[in-house]
Amino acid sequence: MLLEVRDLHVEFRTRDGVAKAVNGVDYSVDEGETLAVLGESGSGKSVTAQAVMGILDMPPGRITGGEILFRGQDLLKLKEDERRKVRGAEMAMIFQDALSSLNPVLSVGDQLGEMFVVHRGMSRKDARAKAVELMDRVRIPAAAARVKDYPHQFSGGMRQRIMIAMALALEPALIIADEPTTALDVTVQAQVMDLLAELQREYNMGLILITHDLGVVADVADKIAVMYAGRIVESAPVHDIYKAPAHPYTRGLLDSIPRLDQKGQELYAIKGLPPNLMNIPPGCAFNPRCPMAQDVCRTDVPPLYEVDEDRGSACHFWRECLNG
Amino acid sequence: MVDHLEPILEVSGLVKHYPLTQGILFKKQVGAVKAVDGVDFTLNKGETLGIVGESGCGKSTVAKMLVNLERPTEGLIKYKGEDLTKLSGKALKSVRRNIQMVFQDPYTSLNPRMTVGDIIGEPYEIHPEVAPKGDRRKKVQELLDVVGLNPEYINRYPHQFSGGQRQRIGIARGLALRPEVIVADEPVSALDVSVQAQVINLLDRLQSEFELSYVFIAHDLSIVRHISDRVGVMYLGRIVEIGRDEEIYDHPTHPYTQALLSAVPVPDPEAREHRERIILAGDVPSPTNIPSGCRFRTRCWKARERCALEVPLLAVPAEFRSVSGPAAHDSACHFAEEKQVVPSEEPGGMSPEGQEE
Repeated sequence: MLLEVRDLHVEFRTRDGVAKAVNGVDYSVDEGETLAVLGESGSGKSVTAQAVMGILDMPPGRITGGEILFRGQDLLKLKEDERRKVRGAEMAMIFQDALSSLNPVLSVGDQLGEMFVVHRGMSRKDARAKAVELMDRVRIPAAAARVKDYPHQFSGGMRQRIMIAMALALEPALIIADEPTTALDVTVQAQVMDLLAELQREYNMGLILITHDLGVVADVADKIAVMYAGRIVESAPVHDIYKAPAHPYTRGLLDSIPRLDQKGQELYAIKGLPPNLMNIPPGCAFNPRCPMAQDVCRTDVPPLYEVDEDRGSACHFWRECLNG
Repeated sequence: MVDHLEPILEVSGLVKHYPLTQGILFKKQVGAVKAVDGVDFTLNKGETLGIVGESGCGKSTVAKMLVNLERPTEGLIKYKGEDLTKLSGKALKSVRRNIQMVFQDPYTSLNPRMTVGDIIGEPYEIHPEVAPKGDRRKKVQELLDVVGLNPEYINRYPHQFSGGQRQRIGIARGLALRPEVIVADEPVSALDVSVQAQVINLLDRLQSEFELSYVFIAHDLSIVRHISDRVGVMYLGRIVEIGRDEEIYDHPTHPYTQALLSAVPVPDPEAREHRERIILAGDVPSPTNIPSGCRFRTRCWKARERCALEVPLLAVPAEFRSVSGPAAHDSACHFAEEKQVVPSEEPGGMSPEGQEE
């Protein structure tokens, strides 16, 4: 297994109290595999990714438990300088907003080349040549001419390609893409997702795709982990989950997508709001919003029940949910 | 659906150019950002017109002109036959009362220092004839109730609410003056998926309750389809195709609409294999330098010489004029042809089992 996250806990200490952002997350991704982590804002999907990358702001963040095994080695036990060797070279991240993730006062060539100067000890000239090669690879037209341009001179889609180029630079085994296409328009989004999928196949990388878009997930993922209030509530191969969700939250998300045959009717809506992370409801965190909730849901935290060989659901009533 | 069509808003030849100038003291115009470059549409009473398009296509500028936050460079906006662009003073004020807006971002469109009561009641300061001072508090509480918020929250501040609740506040403010038209600019795109459906349902309910007409601007095509009676597709400052929702979604004839529809990720992993996707090359050209002829030709796989020379008009294309069917709707393309890009019957998925009857 390329990456395994085991029972990860992350909390943020703030002036108003402790926000429990991640409360026991397990997931894994193998080489050449795409795991989609689906969740709404505040579900802990990005925080988990930041903990994996080792870029969590600490403080106020704190990893209070768990293991992050990369090729069997626990990253949380590494010293910062050892960790830095892993970051970028072995695993890389693509962020949502390319404009604010790129340095506005450095040319894109310098930023891409920096990877080779720092990690590979190349000369500036060689690094520049590498940068052009990378820009070609992510299909930026006239790469050699544009390598001296600054981020603001590129369009949104092109900037995201530069982010992808930067993540790919050292040919990492794992890429974490945090909402890579959310800020892009649909037609450009399709270009970028296609490129990402193609490069993944070419390098046989593991890909963790963090998103809230059920459409994007269905398009590219092999398996899904659905997060809610810092926990994985359902994990399954992508085909199974769309056919028959085994958790009421997943079902609610799928049902709230407008469908053709429902035009003119009321959309299904999950009632209520996502919980406050400083005050997560006892029992199952989803129980105040759940149409199936019973007394046991308000008292007992559901474990991740095994639904199938490679499928789990954190719902006491997953059988009922699965059968509709 | 609407039985008898009674136009409430008629927009024709709408243009908004922002001048680009050079020099500080002696400014001279060196060009223009052609944000909106000739838009025509009609909104009928009780109808929802969806406008879709990518960022920079001018859809938000159209919205701003409809509520008079921007003055058009050229063109007419007729509200019940009266041209807004010619009005000023009192007459304009009374017309503006009837066209209200709901904004995209519920975080920045509410003043953080005002209570919810003041925010929703502020329109009454400008139009005191709608509610005399003593009545206002009660009216605001009614509005809170209408949009599904607790009327006791009247003294709270925006930060005490979640995104979805804030959007409800924005909607209540839009309703305060009992307008006939609501222009909603991306009203749900800043919200979480589970909350989006709640707000869409609310807008739907309010439409029938208050007999509203909506101009609904969004980039999410499935939401637009759900709520709209008619849909217009914008590209680089113009509407390239417009028609009833099934005409646009099931029988698109403009290549841009086809590409846009095919690019939308479908929440159905089964569709992954047998779905034809049209992936457009390149980016949208800059609105300061619009291509000659058809503005889509630089990204169009069908473009020929004629497209560079002749501007295609928004009308029913010649080849469909004789047939009556869903393909016969306005489309601004010289080489329009029907192409189904969204599978009309979903094979297998899209919906979880047990939902299907």
